[in-house]
Amino acid sequence: MPRREVIAVGAAALVLVVVLPLCNALPPTSALHLSDFRLNLFGKFLAYAILALGLDLLWGYAGVLSLGHGVFFGLGAYAMGMHLMLEIGAKSVYQSALPDFMVWNQVKELPLFWRPFYSDVFTLVAIVVVPGLFALAFGFLAFRSRIRGVYFSIITQALALSAWLVFNRNEMRLGGTNGLADFKTIFGFPLNQPATQRGLYTVTALVLVIAYLACRWITRSRAGKVLVAIRDSETRVLFSGYSPASYKLFVFVVSAVLAGVAGALYAPQVGIITPAKIGVLPSIEMVVWVAAGGRGTLVGAVAGAFGVNWMQSWLTTSYPDVWLLFLGGLFMGVVLFFPDGVVGALARLGAIIRRVPAKAALGRERAQPAPVSNRP
Amino acid sequence: MKRSLLLLLLCVAWLAGPPASHAQSPDALKALGDLAVDDADRREAAVGVLGATRDPKWLEFLTALRDGNVYARGKGKALEVVVGGAKSTKGDQDVIDIATAYDRKPLGTVPVSSLTEIAADRRLRIAIKPFLDADETRVQLASPDAEARRGAAVKLGHQADAGAAAVVEAAIAKETVPNVRHALEEALALIRLAHGDAAVRVLAAQSLGGLHSSDAVPSLQRLAADTNASRAERDAATHAIRQIERWSLLVRAIETAFQGASLASILLLMALGLAIVFGLMGVINMAHGELMALGAYSTFVVQNVFRARWPAWFDAYFVVALPVSFIVAALVGVVLERGVIRRLYGRPLETLLLTWGASLIIQQGLRLWFGAANVDVSSPRWLSGGFALMTGLTLPFNRIFIIALAAVSVAAMYWLLFGTGAGLRIRAVTQNRGMSSCLGVRAGWVDATTFALGAGLAGLAGAALTQIGNVGPSLGQNYIVDSFMVVVTGGVGKLAGTILAAAGIGGLNKGIEPALGAVFAKVAILLMVILFLQRRPAGLFATRGRSAEA
Repeated sequence: MPRREVIAVGAAALVLVVVLPLCNALPPTSALHLSDFRLNLFGKFLAYAILALGLDLLWGYAGVLSLGHGVFFGLGAYAMGMHLMLEIGAKSVYQSALPDFMVWNQVKELPLFWRPFYSDVFTLVAIVVVPGLFALAFGFLAFRSRIRGVYFSIITQALALSAWLVFNRNEMRLGGTNGLADFKTIFGFPLNQPATQRGLYTVTALVLVIAYLACRWITRSRAGKVLVAIRDSETRVLFSGYSPASYKLFVFVVSAVLAGVAGALYAPQVGIITPAKIGVLPSIEMVVWVAAGGRGTLVGAVAGAFGVNWMQSWLTTSYPDVWLLFLGGLFMGVVLFFPDGVVGALARLGAIIRRVPAKAALGRERAQPAPVSNRP
Repeated sequence: MKRSLLLLLLCVAWLAGPPASHAQSPDALKALGDLAVDDADRREAAVGVLGATRDPKWLEFLTALRDGNVYARGKGKALEVVVGGAKSTKGDQDVIDIATAYDRKPLGTVPVSSLTEIAADRRLRIAIKPFLDADETRVQLASPDAEARRGAAVKLGHQADAGAAAVVEAAIAKETVPNVRHALEEALALIRLAHGDAAVRVLAAQSLGGLHSSDAVPSLQRLAADTNASRAERDAATHAIRQIERWSLLVRAIETAFQGASLASILLLMALGLAIVFGLMGVINMAHGELMALGAYSTFVVQNVFRARWPAWFDAYFVVALPVSFIVAALVGVVLERGVIRRLYGRPLETLLLTWGASLIIQQGLRLWFGAANVDVSSPRWLSGGFALMTGLTLPFNRIFIIALAAVSVAAMYWLLFGTGAGLRIRAVTQNRGMSSCLGVRAGWVDATTFALGAGLAGLAGAALTQIGNVGPSLGQNYIVDSFMVVVTGGVGKLAGTILAAAGIGGLNKGIEPALGAVFAKVAILLMVILFLQRRPAGLFATRGRSAEA
């Protein structure tokens, strides 16, 4: 990485991982104090940013638009949620060792697939492996048969719809529409303590920094170059002796794992996970984070996840009717006027101001409109 | 003791009155007197006596009693039960017209305060109800409305009251409408099965089997398992059950096929517009569902205008609504295409996101304008009801209409694409945009008209959907992913692919739904589509040749 980027990333990491939690730990009277609520909100945004990084890797670099990332997010979140539900134990409303919703649904015995989630280690492994394996199976089928472009997007959207329908069913033993909620502790730490939430935030920020560095490493590697080449002309990559399907499968699995990890960090911080996070609309909202921030830049994905969600939490509380109009307008506006997002627009602006060609780090990876076309 | 003496006196008093008509039997008159007595058992028994006469006039009296219009006046010997009529005010007194209990002969107007109301408490009303119901059913049997007659027949069959057999027989002799006649015969057989002797029951069971009466299965099963019944009866019952079950299997098969066809035509109506736009511009229009919702709301508005302005022509509103919804959706489509989509040709993924954004805006706009709740679109009379194809199977007119609409739309599309100059240009641009432009086809104009056409078809689909489902801002969301699947499975640029895919997905969905349930059927369909795309990645009819791979 260029020196300037190392410094920038290091500074951002320092602020996110160290400074913000410290501000939160300050006494409330201090001018620099950050409220628990705010920190928790940021924690949620950072979890989203981890997912956005994966999505950017997939869409911004490999040109594969997935409209079903909510599913992977949900898989990770449910894996974590199941463990947290079991941690509640007999302290639940019904004083049963079973989660409350099972008591309502007259389930007498813990279903077999819930049992391994008693184990901390298994849960942590499942958060990575379950979304990863699922993406591997789905991606293998999709990429092997060269489903791509709009076709792939539609198929993943159908996947999101199906997953949403399935998770809503009570017979899946995953809490149905109400999902999993009312968590008490995480690995023994009480979730209602500010210190625990601060810890969760710090872990999330740390994971985000690691995820960013990992994604950066991928894009700077040879594989990253091949990914961009696939985006720009898959057929030529194929004819050059590469196997686009394997590269796409690899990046699809990586982004699914990042989404799963994001979900697992999201669930304990928000305290609830429901099928509403899995469906078609949340999945496509994730895409707009990346689009608004600037795809193919990684930094843009993080900024987009943060910015759009901040906007959402402000608008949905102040002007609930406007939010969907705004979201729709954002979709259209970004696509029409800022195809490379805020980060790209800023880079262009910077280039104009400095009157030098934008050959800086950002410029090199600026998203080119993918000349992928389905029409003959 | 004192009370029974009183009653005796009352009876004597009544008997001593004007000569009683035939229906005013002593029992009935005694019962009438009992009603005024403060003894719930005797009052109930009195209702039983009056009801059992089955005399329309006594039944009318019971109705009045139930409604609280019956009064007693006088005491002891002079006690009289009367029916109250219109109330009014005279000076500072409330007065009421009264009439005799049986004949309703006017007895003049008296002050309300001189009467004691005979209150019909809950127990009494329960005692009255069966008599009035039975009577009502018999009256309905003579109703001019065929549907009411059929309902009455079904009810009589359920009650299986031995006394009703004669009435039903008489009704069968007069009945001309086939399905009412069928219901009456079924009712008669059910009554006979319940009350006849062994030989009659065998005949009744055979006739029920021949009538494919699914209502009769429980009674037939009871008879088949009854050890007291003769062998012939049990055999007849078993045979009838088998006959009925075989029939219902057939009915279910046809029903499933019809539902599959219906779902397929809904999918086809939606996918048709999507497919031509996708074929031409490589754009999946994510706002297609919202264009459908626009069509549905246009139908709603047209309906309201008709209701307010031309109530007499209300049934015709739907004929007007179809073109209106086509035009509204097409106009919005043109605005969308000329306004924004045009700028993004050759970038399908961006277009996908752009149209999704547009869909959110349209959806929220509809929600703000019409409210988030579903609106009420009533079917015109010629679309409600159904075509009774066979016993136990009625095909609803609205579904038949949608199948017909889909067929007409497909035919129109074929004619348009292959029979007109505009269609020729559309096909030319679909095959090779650059070459067509070089040869003088105005590609931009073709794009706009095609998009308008696709959007208009969406509006038409929306108008059709108002007849079978709820109309709300999120109307489009319910089917839209399915219709995307149809387009993806069908492949680009060939109508035949879309038609086949719609038929396949619709049919399969309804075919596996009984086994898996609606949700898992959808998941299974998705799996099948993915597996199908393994064999044919670009759909059923892929474009071949050099230009196919970008």
